[in-house]
Amino acid sequence: MSAPVTTLPRLQAAAVAGPIRGGLAREWRLASRTVRASVICLVVFYLFAAFSPFFAPYDPIYQNRSMPDCPPMRLHLSAPSQWGYGVFWTYPLHMVDAEERSYAPDRNHRIYIHLFSRGHLFTTDSEQAPFYLMGSDGLGRDLFSRIVYGARVSMCVGLIGVLISFSLGIAVGALSGYVGGLTDNLIMRWSEIEMSLPSFYFLLALAAVIPPGISAAQRFLLIVAIMSFISWAGLARVIRGMSSSVRSLPYVEAGRALGGSRWRIITRHVIPSVLGYAIVAATLSIPGFILGESALSLLGLGIQEPTPSWGNLLSQAEDPQNLVRYPWILIPGIFIFLTVMAFNFLGDHLRDRLDPSSSF
Amino acid sequence: MARFLIRRLLNMIPLIIGITFISFLAMSLVPGDYLSNLKMNPRISPEIIHQLQAQFGLDKPLLVRYVKWLWGVIHLDFGYSLQYRVSVTSLIAARAFNTVILAVASMVFAWILAIPIGIVVALRQNSIWDRILSFLAFLGMSVPNFFLAFLMVYFAMWMGKDWLPPGGTFSVDYNSLTLMNRIADRINHLILPVFVLGVAGMAGLMRLMRSQILEIKNSEFVRTARAKGLPERVVIYKHVLRNALNPFITMAGYSLGDLLGGAALVEAVMNLQGLGLLLLNAVRSLDIYLVMGSVLIGTMLLLVGNLLADIALVAVDPRVDFSSMASQ
Repeated sequence: MSAPVTTLPRLQAAAVAGPIRGGLAREWRLASRTVRASVICLVVFYLFAAFSPFFAPYDPIYQNRSMPDCPPMRLHLSAPSQWGYGVFWTYPLHMVDAEERSYAPDRNHRIYIHLFSRGHLFTTDSEQAPFYLMGSDGLGRDLFSRIVYGARVSMCVGLIGVLISFSLGIAVGALSGYVGGLTDNLIMRWSEIEMSLPSFYFLLALAAVIPPGISAAQRFLLIVAIMSFISWAGLARVIRGMSSSVRSLPYVEAGRALGGSRWRIITRHVIPSVLGYAIVAATLSIPGFILGESALSLLGLGIQEPTPSWGNLLSQAEDPQNLVRYPWILIPGIFIFLTVMAFNFLGDHLRDRLDPSSSF
Repeated sequence: MARFLIRRLLNMIPLIIGITFISFLAMSLVPGDYLSNLKMNPRISPEIIHQLQAQFGLDKPLLVRYVKWLWGVIHLDFGYSLQYRVSVTSLIAARAFNTVILAVASMVFAWILAIPIGIVVALRQNSIWDRILSFLAFLGMSVPNFFLAFLMVYFAMWMGKDWLPPGGTFSVDYNSLTLMNRIADRINHLILPVFVLGVAGMAGLMRLMRSQILEIKNSEFVRTARAKGLPERVVIYKHVLRNALNPFITMAGYSLGDLLGGAALVEAVMNLQGLGLLLLNAVRSLDIYLVMGSVLIGTMLLLVGNLLADIALVAVDPRVDFSSMASQ
């Protein structure tokens, strides 16, 4: 079982596995404040996606017709003697001008906000007397609830997309590098075609293929599939180049000379040395998927109403008049921005930790 | 150079055929076509529908239509837009011009700011300016184009319409203006879109410039230059900068694709009459020849941009010549 002991493989293993070996606690200590904030941010958003019914105070598609385009409500802290009703409360808002959709608080009443009540993190007694943390949209739906449910689409699109495009990229890249010859040539020419596409134009043209009548989940999968189809090529090229260059590196040759089996060399030497790059590239390619989905949904070609995604929540802002009167409809954009930035920070940090050879 | 050019242009042919065929296939897979809306209309008789189908060739098999379309393209006839009822060529020409202006202007904007900032930041590594600007670059890289566009529209509306127009290609009274005023009006409408598109590109370029300079600053030929007593200014300008610019040029060529995609989004948000918005409308109304034309022109813009970048690289970097490029 144990390979002939030399210091070479051990040094190699230490160099490759060094950052991972210390454990997560050590990684956390080493990370800068921005990286920690990014990780926390992403964890919160993934929790949103995983437990949407808990985090969302209301049903994301319930329309409160009496309160369209309601501004975010102000949160007040109750006096300790009132904590039996609720720790926080807000003034109910009433529409004063249906044309302008302007609201005024009713200072004679209070809506109490209950924490951990009826299976929600926070909610009020009824959807008729709501607390809109981030306002409501044009149909009177709670924007915060829609953002929480929208995290399902927007956070998953990156993970699933990366999963598909990476398995494709790694499989094709490895095959291309291993088989060589005509296959290699054809695959690389094909990937060149894909890489010189104006990808967004192509994405738009392909998004038209999605038939209108299908369920939201099918639509989601089709969109991810289309985006992966466009983006695997670049990765396949890099993996091909890397695996063929790693194959002839001295330490791999040393492993071979010491009698390591092909399986052992691939799993112990080739994959670990490519893995660092792959993890970094995966992290940094997630924002592309999230942005692609958001853009498509924003333009009405992606996820369709009433299913929320952070992209289609923004489509109300396409009318400048809406934008000026109800600026809170831009809040979903902040969530997209935070997610993309968090992945960028994380990817940058991972590159420093896992792939010290590249500086940019 | 001639051999290189011919080789590259020949390489483009299979590329363009591949891309257009995939788009054509995709558009024909869509259930229904532009005429399905007309079919719903009881006032339009089936005979007229048939006549239109025959006129636009929608009743022929896929491959026949594709070859016919390709044959037309060779003769610079991109087909007929079902939606606008004019030839695609005339539609695209005007729109592509707007998009190219937008893309080039934002690229110039990004370069003018990114290069000097990248240099300053790299030469003062780890100073407070380096930290602030690097962080801002991260923000700029992460902010989605469309979100920044929304913010700028909001900003323009908030400032009032006298300042900057929140959208559109030109003012309502454009046709009554004199030539100089027309140009001024166009520029006025381009400021915000160019800013939005420029910010993202600028951030990426600035980071590239910084890392390039940091890498080259510590290389041996720079140490040699210093050792032979060159003044620091000459070392920076003649040795560090010239070498740092090379990957810049390559990247400029490859960032064209992102630029076109970003431009499409900004055009949609800011209602700028460019190629991207044209394509979007065509996709929405299943106007197949208009989609094909826009994708084709977008691809050509990209390919020509890459070609120009490669030629520029040869001009700047004496280590690269056309024969080595052609053999790649």
